[in-house]
Amino acid sequence: MDISNLEEISKNIRKDIIEMVYNAKSGHPGGSLSCTDILVALYYNKMNLNLDEKGQRIDKFILSKGHAAPAYYAVLSSVGFIPHEDLKTLRKIDSYLEGHPTNKINGVDVSSGSLGQGLSIANGMALAKKLDKSQGYVYCLLGDGEIEEGQIWEACMTANKYKLNNIIAFLDYNKLQIDGNILDVKGVDKLDEKFSAFGWNVQTINGHSFEEILSSIDNAKLSSKPNIIIANTVKGKGVSFMENNASWHGKAPSEEEYKKAIEELSK
Amino acid sequence: MKSTRKAYGEFLESIGENKNVVVLDADLASATKTNMFMEKYPKRHIDVGIAEQDLVGTACGLALSGKIVFASTFAMFMAGRAYDQVRNTAAYSHVNVNLCATHAGVMVGEDGPTHQCVEDVALMNVVPDMKVLSPADDISTKKILKVCMNEEGPKYIRLGRSDVDDIYDETYEFKIGGSHIFGDGTDGTVFSYGPTVSIALNAQKDLKERGINIRVVDLYSIKPVDKEAIIKCAKETEKLVSIEDHSIIGGIGSIVANVLCENYPKKLEKIGIPDRFGKSGSAKAVYGYFGLTKENIESKF
Repeated sequence: MDISNLEEISKNIRKDIIEMVYNAKSGHPGGSLSCTDILVALYYNKMNLNLDEKGQRIDKFILSKGHAAPAYYAVLSSVGFIPHEDLKTLRKIDSYLEGHPTNKINGVDVSSGSLGQGLSIANGMALAKKLDKSQGYVYCLLGDGEIEEGQIWEACMTANKYKLNNIIAFLDYNKLQIDGNILDVKGVDKLDEKFSAFGWNVQTINGHSFEEILSSIDNAKLSSKPNIIIANTVKGKGVSFMENNASWHGKAPSEEEYKKAIEELSK
Repeated sequence: MKSTRKAYGEFLESIGENKNVVVLDADLASATKTNMFMEKYPKRHIDVGIAEQDLVGTACGLALSGKIVFASTFAMFMAGRAYDQVRNTAAYSHVNVNLCATHAGVMVGEDGPTHQCVEDVALMNVVPDMKVLSPADDISTKKILKVCMNEEGPKYIRLGRSDVDDIYDETYEFKIGGSHIFGDGTDGTVFSYGPTVSIALNAQKDLKERGINIRVVDLYSIKPVDKEAIIKCAKETEKLVSIEDHSIIGGIGSIVANVLCENYPKKLEKIGIPDRFGKSGSAKAVYGYFGLTKENIESKF
């Protein structure tokens, strides 16, 4: 699919995110909007969603930053895993679309949301592929605040030890977490040096440029090391008043804000 | 005599030909006895180092990819340190994974309270969808692991460090939700699991010589627990006692009490670790210190 089409799809996904969070009256718009383009690039242009002879999906995906569920569900819906009309039931008592991902949802392999856990699971899946000599990649999307969890670095060491070059992880580097800037909250910086020191192949890209997202995946596939793609993104991307504002990490827009957001995204 | 961890190691070795089996450890292969599998099948033995949260996550990733997975570390680190991973990844995603925790309870001995997990049964029992099992000897360990291997969903299997008496022979069968009742006395019943079952059986022998006939129930399936066996023994025998190498809060004593309370209210006397941490010492000395002895059981009748 060409890039102008991907951009159009992203716009619709972002509208879905706003609709979902508005309807639910809660949820996480900021970090959903920041990772939308990465998800669209993966699901529309890169992932092979077919099953192999063992019944395993050829390319797997884990949303380690599970609070971006609105973006994940919207993309899963857009590629056919979830009926579109179900999206408006997000977080409702009679809905299967829980606040954070669960593998009871079609297309979701594992639950997530308690941060720091996805990369280890991705390692396990990548190890299974190595043991079975199976093709395909395991994609994992991490939050930048999330890497404050120690388990991420445990997983980085394991991936390095077992040379899991079939892992392609994205870091949604939007620089903000609930309590503010990640530099202020925990002093998280020099990400490329950190991952590089742990034996990973590091690329840094603009996470809203489809050209860069797509070519970084192509480059990762040539690597002999596990891959991390540090994607510079904007929290709340696409909605002016949500952009770069930590307060939109986990709250729903008012009716007025909702209308303004949809209007902006419809341009 | 054999430790249940050794029986675990032998079991893994015995199923190693199955190329779908993957065993994980966190730098404790010689202690958890997964080294027996490692030596024969090194490619399918994954050592993640001292990283138990990563251990559980990696194990789940392999299991979700169709592997038959056994993950091992000490009970303290499996149920304690990796609790969130066990809950939110293994259990919530209904992963077919066998979490085999060795060195449970104060039986750890000399290493002391930091390594003596007396809360794991309570912690694992409360996790939705988790099945909790604890074998009492060599044969039951192997048979229970075989059952777990073919059972869907997450399982926590509690194993011990020290040698325990042989109780079972090959004729016994085990199942999720099952138990075994030893004896048909009516003077009382001792409910137990794991290493304290053989202690209870020794007490049963001594008491019999004094004309007191009790039953011993091995509740090896801690969750789901065999409610029928508990109710039956409560109805048919006089005095009820529980004994376990675990806190009396949230262990089998509490589980049996819950069943009694809802079905056949009756007094139960609990033997176990009181609301405190363990103690360094030889396993035998520590068991003596906390009253995990046949003499203490006998004193209740």
